[in-house]
Amino acid sequence: MGLGSPDDATVYRMENGTLLVATADFFAPVVDDAYTYGAIAAANSISDVYAMGGTPFLALNLAAIPSDMPPEIAAEIFRGGMEKAREAGVIVAGGHTMDDKEPKYGLAVIGTVVPERLLLKGGARPGERLVLTKPLGSGIITTAYKSGQASPEVLAQAVPWMLRLNRDAVRAVHATSARGATDVTGFGFLGHATEMALAARVRFRIRADRVPILEVARPLADLWLFPGGTAANEMYFGQWVTFDPSIPEEVRMLLFDAQTNGGILAAIPAAEMDRFAEACQALDQPFWEVGEVLEGEPGIEVVARD
Amino acid sequence: MTKVVDARGLSCPQPVILARQAMEEGEFPIEVLVDTVTSRENVRRAATKAGLQVQVEAVGDEFKLTLTQ
Repeated sequence: MGLGSPDDATVYRMENGTLLVATADFFAPVVDDAYTYGAIAAANSISDVYAMGGTPFLALNLAAIPSDMPPEIAAEIFRGGMEKAREAGVIVAGGHTMDDKEPKYGLAVIGTVVPERLLLKGGARPGERLVLTKPLGSGIITTAYKSGQASPEVLAQAVPWMLRLNRDAVRAVHATSARGATDVTGFGFLGHATEMALAARVRFRIRADRVPILEVARPLADLWLFPGGTAANEMYFGQWVTFDPSIPEEVRMLLFDAQTNGGILAAIPAAEMDRFAEACQALDQPFWEVGEVLEGEPGIEVVARD
Repeated sequence: MTKVVDARGLSCPQPVILARQAMEEGEFPIEVLVDTVTSRENVRRAATKAGLQVQVEAVGDEFKLTLTQ
């Protein structure tokens, strides 16, 4: 891909025509448990390869470990990352660790994809349906927990989703002829949706009542405990998004909430929605139909309902 | 006496949490000092949602929000 059009990972065409997909990501802890943190960070790093339609196979650790962290805690972070990578069929071989005050962990990941299976942010076409494969809320839940405003039980609602690989979601997308997809992470659902709509020069109509949101996130939104990144998303991407006036402010912000290893957002040809749903069912992969792709001024319109 | 919440240098949601703690004490006006646009917006909206009047003033690169009932 050229540098002009942002996408989820770097793609390099090898001599045999196969495309190499390369990406790297790391972040500070989102949960207390070291093993779970490592696993979430690894799943998040690997997700960018899936978002390009690729199959990951090799990764390197990227870590910053405080010098006073007990070695067994650091080992748990790496073990979490390595076991999540193994679940994805990825070998973690080496990497680099540096000293820093706050821990950071993630992976540099390499995968491959054949050109016909490449999924691009700009691949959505008018008439397609938009699907999302995880509920929103991980950003506000993890930051509220970190600042003592949410209980471990609330956090526990988000953890299984953050741990979940996006592998099966992309397998289901690949059961169709869809070409447009991305993963929902730091820019939030509407930020990443905007990127897709602008790249494809299409208009997305989003049904606010159909976008899945973890119920435990709603009371936190009422208290406006959003992370700084969520507010930044709204301030930047808001210029391309219009809302039905009946949609409450806190719901709008939840749609911008920065996600950790969020789901796949994909545009599926309407005639292939049954095939997509069957593939999801066979893989035990949840999904929500959240809107449609239209012709028109590139951007997003969020409607309350039909 | 005006209560001052200095939330400069803190990232969200910390400024909102501190402002809310001051709001719960029930003594107004409250001045909240923040140093980013995102903190300014988050505190402004949290206070507006709580039914308060909010005045925003730029102080150099920083912001002062005055919350009144």
